[in-house]
Amino acid sequence: MEQEFRKVSHHSILSEVETLHEERYRLIQICATTVKEGYEILYTFGKGYDEVQVKIHTDPGEHVQSISRIFPPAWLYENEIHDLHGIEIDGITLDFRGGLYRTKVKAPFSHETLDNKEGK
Amino acid sequence: MSSRSVIPFGPQHPVLPEPIHLDLVLEDEKVVEAVPSIGFVHRGLESLVTKKDFKEMVYVAERICGICSFGHGFGYCDAVEHIMDIQVTERANYLRTILFELSRMHSHILWLGLMADAFGFENLFMDTWRIREKVLDMLEAATGGRVIFSILDVGGLRKDIPDDMLKGFLPVLKDIEKELAVDIRTFLNDGAVKSRLCGVGVLSAEEVENLGCCGPFLRGSGVKRDSRKLGYAAYDDIDFDIVTSTDCDTYGRTYVRANEILQSIRIIRQAVEKIPAGEVMVPVKGFPNGEHMTRLEQPRGEACYYVKANGTKFLERMRVRTPTFANIPALTQTLQGCELADVPILVVAIDPCISCTER
Repeated sequence: MEQEFRKVSHHSILSEVETLHEERYRLIQICATTVKEGYEILYTFGKGYDEVQVKIHTDPGEHVQSISRIFPPAWLYENEIHDLHGIEIDGITLDFRGGLYRTKVKAPFSHETLDNKEGK
Repeated sequence: MSSRSVIPFGPQHPVLPEPIHLDLVLEDEKVVEAVPSIGFVHRGLESLVTKKDFKEMVYVAERICGICSFGHGFGYCDAVEHIMDIQVTERANYLRTILFELSRMHSHILWLGLMADAFGFENLFMDTWRIREKVLDMLEAATGGRVIFSILDVGGLRKDIPDDMLKGFLPVLKDIEKELAVDIRTFLNDGAVKSRLCGVGVLSAEEVENLGCCGPFLRGSGVKRDSRKLGYAAYDDIDFDIVTSTDCDTYGRTYVRANEILQSIRIIRQAVEKIPAGEVMVPVKGFPNGEHMTRLEQPRGEACYYVKANGTKFLERMRVRTPTFANIPALTQTLQGCELADVPILVVAIDPCISCTER
């Protein structure tokens, strides 16, 4: 069976997530993918053994709303996305401000870093 | 009012085989806050998908971690197989199940040893690791590797494991079961051991769900959920129980892991009995195009493998959400309010795998 990756506008992510929270879904994971025109952020939620995938697109430099006030463990995933992809996420309940991952290269998967690498 | 002080825990610490760092804010001997930081050995393996052929990436996925290597390879292959609509043969599915359960056994036994070491019971540590060697010997006989097996491939397995060899594992498993029963009795009944585990790091079922926990850490608080029940590989055809504990503390998590080893033995016995004859590999043609998220039960809990492909031999994205990563919020929660002396026990209680986390 093919999985559904539901695309929503990044402005409506909070209301989507609130609905899932009300329906007693739990957060499974959040991850970012660097794509040509920006980034995709994929949110996975679960209820029992079922899952729901919600995806948003964001442009480089655009800010995304944190969902950590709705799903508390989201702070970890959002800090990771910030530290590895350089995506700015507003309102993270426990914001490390770039200090969660102590990597040598800051935001190694961001467009800026990848473009610089190609330029070399 | 007592004054606060901050002490670093890790990245180098006797109970940590791998580097993770916690800033512990203390009031006298009590931890009031724990702030984690990771990334000391981050390898960026996920980014190799844009440089390595999607079939070569199986080797990379297996090398994410030495303890969960089979699961990582399996998760990656399963995601690519879903995208390419590849039906793995039944025999390959049974062999994958057997190898996965042997991996779970050696991981859980390793953890029992590390926990014994953390609370200072060195003989128990040595005995559990002695038993673990027998599991590694079986894996070496079957695959040629003790840590990294390199037997998985997109479409099945690179080689078959003869039925005679599989049947030869059964008496070894019987021995392991018998010897392990003595150690498990000590873990679960010894007064000194219980004094270090009972009532330490208590999290209710509601709390572990809200904190996004997974694996034995989740089931140790009474939540009956195990991703093997999703029915991947041959788990649909095999009868096994989800081990849970309502103790909700480190003792409960120990109980779950100890008894899951016995469930793994039960699964392997059934799989060896039921395994059908046939091929272990199907031909793989073309390149993957699409995306898929595979969820499976690693020894430390549910792991997620997201693969996005674009129809070329290079993938666009591979993302691994490891169980240790998912359990970090719960770790920081259990550390709040604990005694400083209990910190090593609580860190080991999530069975931290930093290689996985620093993929």
